[in-house]
Amino acid sequence: MNEFNGEIKKMMIILSKATLENVYAAFVLANGARMEGIEAEMFFTFFGLEAIHKQKLEHLHTATVGNPAMHMPTMLGGLPGMEALATSMMKKEMEKIDMPDVHEFLDILKASGVKLWACKLAMEMFHYKKEDMYEDIDDVITVGDFYKQGSGLGTHMLFI
Amino acid sequence: MEKIIAGKTIEVNEEGYLTNFPQWNKEIGEAISTEANISLTPRHWQVIDYIQGEFKKESPLSIRKIGKSGVVDIKEMYALFPNAPLKTATKIAGIPKPASCI
Repeated sequence: MNEFNGEIKKMMIILSKATLENVYAAFVLANGARMEGIEAEMFFTFFGLEAIHKQKLEHLHTATVGNPAMHMPTMLGGLPGMEALATSMMKKEMEKIDMPDVHEFLDILKASGVKLWACKLAMEMFHYKKEDMYEDIDDVITVGDFYKQGSGLGTHMLFI
Repeated sequence: MEKIIAGKTIEVNEEGYLTNFPQWNKEIGEAISTEANISLTPRHWQVIDYIQGEFKKESPLSIRKIGKSGVVDIKEMYALFPNAPLKTATKIAGIPKPASCI
């Protein structure tokens, strides 16, 4: 802990999931870093790409199945419409605590100086093109490029 | 605790935020901004006026709200107060550090 007395200089946040709660957790952490004067970069990979996919980012859901914290029987969570219901309830609660929607949150992150990177390999796997993605992503890069971005003392990496 | 800022004895907390807003004046704002390596321009003062107004209305501050204020957008806010914009601006404005996570 000698580097900068252990001070965090940069957060490298990897988002690999597209459930609403994971996307928001990653966004809040990135924004929170910038608010504290810490640099932040995000790498969207696998399902995490949906959070920056123009057509999909407004339709992210929270999981009702396989999520014990929902306190809902698995069979019930699998019924048609349950996931949409849980998602709309969650979105309502989020608006109450001044939480922006996904697109507005991306705008805030971008304006705050957060770098947004899409994973090249996952983009190819899902057959996404750069034009399909949120217009202000910085670029489509490899994992090696992302590590290079994170070089320097005081960098921390987080996988969500 | 107490600290001497701009020649006056001011009540502050351990992070240097004023705990008694009526003690604030522009000279104190200037002195705190110098400590933060910021030289205040008329744009800075417009933002400071705005956040003090919100504080007086007891309306909580967040970066999202700053962006929607019509006074300054988020990008300019970061340009005016680099390194922790809301924390720095509230300290200069003599009001408590916002507790928001957004």
